Amino acid sequence: MAEEAVLGFLQTNEHISDSHEFADSIGVSHTELENLIKSLKGFQIVDAQEITRESWVLTEEGKTYMVNGSPEALFFSAIPPEGISRSNLKEKLGAEIFDIGSKAAAKNRWITFEKDLVKRKVESVQDEVKNVLARINSGAAVGDQVINDLKRRKLIIKQTWKGYSLKKGPKYVSKRKKPETDLTREHIVSGDWKNLEFKEYNLNAEAPQIQAGYLHSLLEVREQIQNIFLEMGFEEMPTNNFVESSFWNFDALFQPQQHPARDSHDTFFLETPASTQNLPEGYLGRVKLVHESGGYGSKGYGYDWKREEAEKNLLRTHTTAVSTRMLYALAQQDTFTPKRYYSIDRVFRNEAVDRTHLAEFHQIEGLICDRGLTLGDLIGVLEDFFSRLGMSKLRFKPAYNPYTEPSMEIFSYHDGLQKWVEVGNSGMFRPEMLLPMGLPEDVNVIAWGLSLERPTMILYGISNIRDLFEPKVDFNLIKSNPICRLGL
Amino acid sequence: MPTVSVGRDRLFKALGRTYTQEDFEVLCFEFGIELDDVTTEKAIIRKEKHLKDEACEGDEEVIYKIEVAANRYDLLCLEGIARALRIFMGKETTPVFTISGIAAKCMHKMYVKPETTQIRPFVVCAVLRGVTFDEATYNSFIDLQDKLHQNICRKRTLVAIGTHDLYTLEGPFSYEALPPTDISFVPLKQDKSFRADELMEFYKGDMKLKKFLHIIENSSVYPVIYDSKRTVLSLPPIINGAHSAITLETKNVFIECTATDLTKANIVLNTMVTMFSEYCEKKFEVEPVEVLYPDGNIMVCPDLSVTKMEVPIKEIIGPIGISLDETQVVPLLNKMQLQSEKVFTDGETRILISVPPTRSDILHARDVVEDVAIAYGYNNIPKTKPKCHTTGGRQPLNRFSDKIRAEVARAGYMEVLTWILGSKEENFKKLNRSDDEKKAVIIGNPRTAEFEVVRTSLLPGLLKTLKHNKDHPRPIKIFEVGDVVTLDETRDVGAANNRRLGVLYCSGSSGFEEILGLAERILKVVKKPHILVETKLELSHEPEFFLDRQRSVMFGGRCIGKLGVIHPMVSWEGFDISDPCSFLEINIEALL
Repeated sequence: MAEEAVLGFLQTNEHISDSHEFADSIGVSHTELENLIKSLKGFQIVDAQEITRESWVLTEEGKTYMVNGSPEALFFSAIPPEGISRSNLKEKLGAEIFDIGSKAAAKNRWITFEKDLVKRKVESVQDEVKNVLARINSGAAVGDQVINDLKRRKLIIKQTWKGYSLKKGPKYVSKRKKPETDLTREHIVSGDWKNLEFKEYNLNAEAPQIQAGYLHSLLEVREQIQNIFLEMGFEEMPTNNFVESSFWNFDALFQPQQHPARDSHDTFFLETPASTQNLPEGYLGRVKLVHESGGYGSKGYGYDWKREEAEKNLLRTHTTAVSTRMLYALAQQDTFTPKRYYSIDRVFRNEAVDRTHLAEFHQIEGLICDRGLTLGDLIGVLEDFFSRLGMSKLRFKPAYNPYTEPSMEIFSYHDGLQKWVEVGNSGMFRPEMLLPMGLPEDVNVIAWGLSLERPTMILYGISNIRDLFEPKVDFNLIKSNPICRLGL
Repeated sequence: MPTVSVGRDRLFKALGRTYTQEDFEVLCFEFGIELDDVTTEKAIIRKEKHLKDEACEGDEEVIYKIEVAANRYDLLCLEGIARALRIFMGKETTPVFTISGIAAKCMHKMYVKPETTQIRPFVVCAVLRGVTFDEATYNSFIDLQDKLHQNICRKRTLVAIGTHDLYTLEGPFSYEALPPTDISFVPLKQDKSFRADELMEFYKGDMKLKKFLHIIENSSVYPVIYDSKRTVLSLPPIINGAHSAITLETKNVFIECTATDLTKANIVLNTMVTMFSEYCEKKFEVEPVEVLYPDGNIMVCPDLSVTKMEVPIKEIIGPIGISLDETQVVPLLNKMQLQSEKVFTDGETRILISVPPTRSDILHARDVVEDVAIAYGYNNIPKTKPKCHTTGGRQPLNRFSDKIRAEVARAGYMEVLTWILGSKEENFKKLNRSDDEKKAVIIGNPRTAEFEVVRTSLLPGLLKTLKHNKDHPRPIKIFEVGDVVTLDETRDVGAANNRRLGVLYCSGSSGFEEILGLAERILKVVKKPHILVETKLELSHEPEFFLDRQRSVMFGGRCIGKLGVIHPMVSWEGFDISDPCSFLEINIEALL
């Protein structure tokens, strides 16, 4: 209705000079008209100029005075010709009007105080305040001095008035068609789509988030690394045994019983089930001997090996415990067959948790077991593996690990950080580890390991491991991580 | 890995040249040590005292913190690192350590009393004559003892070192084990005499020493070493006596190492004397001490003899994958302190290697292989490919788990990854369960309450994850596929993993139908062709669920999972989640 009125008026008139007046004339609120103006302006149907004006309006107090009279006038009128005691007057007028009225009336020299008595000083008075408030309320202009007085008494405040002047816009039509927001089944079936106008899309806003399922980023990287192993002919090891005995986790790996890793500060030992009774006896005997006095060409560590230490249960500190079980099983076969094994699974360290350390993380491990393998083979296979992970510049640093000899730390040149960063550990399993299992003497095992978290943090630019993997994970991070492009 | 702090300028002086930091790092990398940090004493003190300003003591000398291999005790001091690098660069050859040829009757003697077997049965000793210390070498001597104590000595439990000014003492010595109340002496850094039991009490307030008290505290006898005048040399492994303390002016040093492990005691003693005999009047010469055990056994120590090892050349170069002849291998070994020569035995060329007493890490010919590879340069070894043909393959359970994960994600759920360890409270009490029902694996030495127990359900992890994302728009649909562990006597270790799917739904309403729909979907997609398995839901009574709004999932007559509306006692009181939740957990191994 308002739209028709505006467009109709502009058809015969040059402009609408004041939107407030116009709103009054057609009987709609200015807010409603303003919304319409904005819409018409958006479609360039009208041209709207904003106009502002300042005016004085009465405060609530001012309005009261306009209707009831000012306190000073009320004060004056309440005084009988013979005068009145303060207390009686106060009672008559109320405390507020009495206070304000007494001061203002005194200032106007309308009254006098004689001891406790209040008396009129003049015969009659004009309530100028009431009059001037009425004039301001009707929009009439008043002098600055008056305005200042009223403003000081907080009877009036300044108000900014906003309105529009309107004229035809470039796309003026006397009646506008309403554009459709969406194509509907009815439009298609009826053929209406041919005559309809469609509202333009506003693509500045982001589309609402779609309903989707999500896989965890760390496990997406796990899948890609898994694929690399499979492409390279590696077979997955069964690693679903978090509880392990010290025997398989340490002793079988020729890790001496006083090794710091076996300290309670580094390893989670178990209260229940506290120990493993069922260990392969013959093999255990050979492991004991190789620790105590060597054999197989070794000096051994020369200490008293204790079975109770080996029986202590723990949460595995590395998946190499599983590799050891697999190699032992391989050694029990009648004929030796070469193997390539891998695993990616959870390991546990009794460490303080911080931005880069967790008490639980995932270890990636690969190993090859065959006759006559060399350190050159290990370097070759590492170059192959890591280049598939996007790390083609490698170098190797001598390192120490109780169950590998030679041992190599793997460094990769990181283009972003512009430096060499350690990406994993590797080596050849020691004869003291392999020969007690019963593997043939010429069989070597080359192996390497790294964490899954570190390459993932580098890939996704995550600086705090706990944003990715722990109960405090941020759902938005899982939702916004890009697909894993390893190997693409 | 141990880290050794050495003064850069002293190190370069010992190496006979200076390096840029980059060049030194390259040398370290090749040799297999690592320049971990570059700092100054002043910076270290500042850090320790949390001071910001410059107003603190300390030197501005640059300190290199060098990380060395954990089995190379000969690299735990500047002397050892510099010597190893000089030999590595071919600037000098491995020193020959000698035992001074004094007659047995002139040797200092250490009588071991039988009571020591109750607490710390071994002792080995040696004397360094005519030592010249300056402040730097003196500090290095003290630091080396510290490093050895921290590493091979396992915080003094296996071996403890005492060093003494021999001039202040009079042999023969005795190694005894006495009741604490019978031992009194003035300990190092104190000026009054303490009785041993009082001393232990006194040291409970000592930040450094209190860590070692437990080693002897509960023993009825304490180990103690006396000279012939009953002067206490030391109360191992706690403290030395003040009387025989070494100073910058000390010329003759008496070293004793008491131990529970004789092999390690010998390694520690050898490390001390091979490193610091460098400063003796007769360089690299050590005076022996006779240790007499009560059973009549007499040991003269230290044993600084070289160990001979004869290794066929093909056993050295074979595992590396390089072809070198003996004229090439020998110089490489020499660079690594392994003096060697070619010999011809049993019709083949072998290398005769002399392993010096400093190289206790050489246990096997394979250790020699590594040294040759290092000297040759790991990064010079030609790359080859293993030739064996193998086929790749996955564990069926893991592959199946991935299929289930994909299926649940396709149903619009978000995968999360939570911890396997948790607190007892959140695993039991917060799930409305009184205890673990004797099913759970319990950690014996948790560092914090976060790691007390191995999860027996995926529920607490999912609820915790939800709790930390409570403000996320509803509905929240999360899942995890992972292992729980329960006690299982049929396994060698007494516990077994079980692969589970856990799904949690949270919104303004409970979402029971959502979870139920997903459960039905899973059971539908895991069907095998031509095999009919009966699946049904039965009313269950699990305390984590609300009233009878719960069911167990029966598969072929066996319960393989549960689903239901989470009890408000669990979601709200346990995990601070105000919206209703539904949960599904299935043993997916049973569906494989």
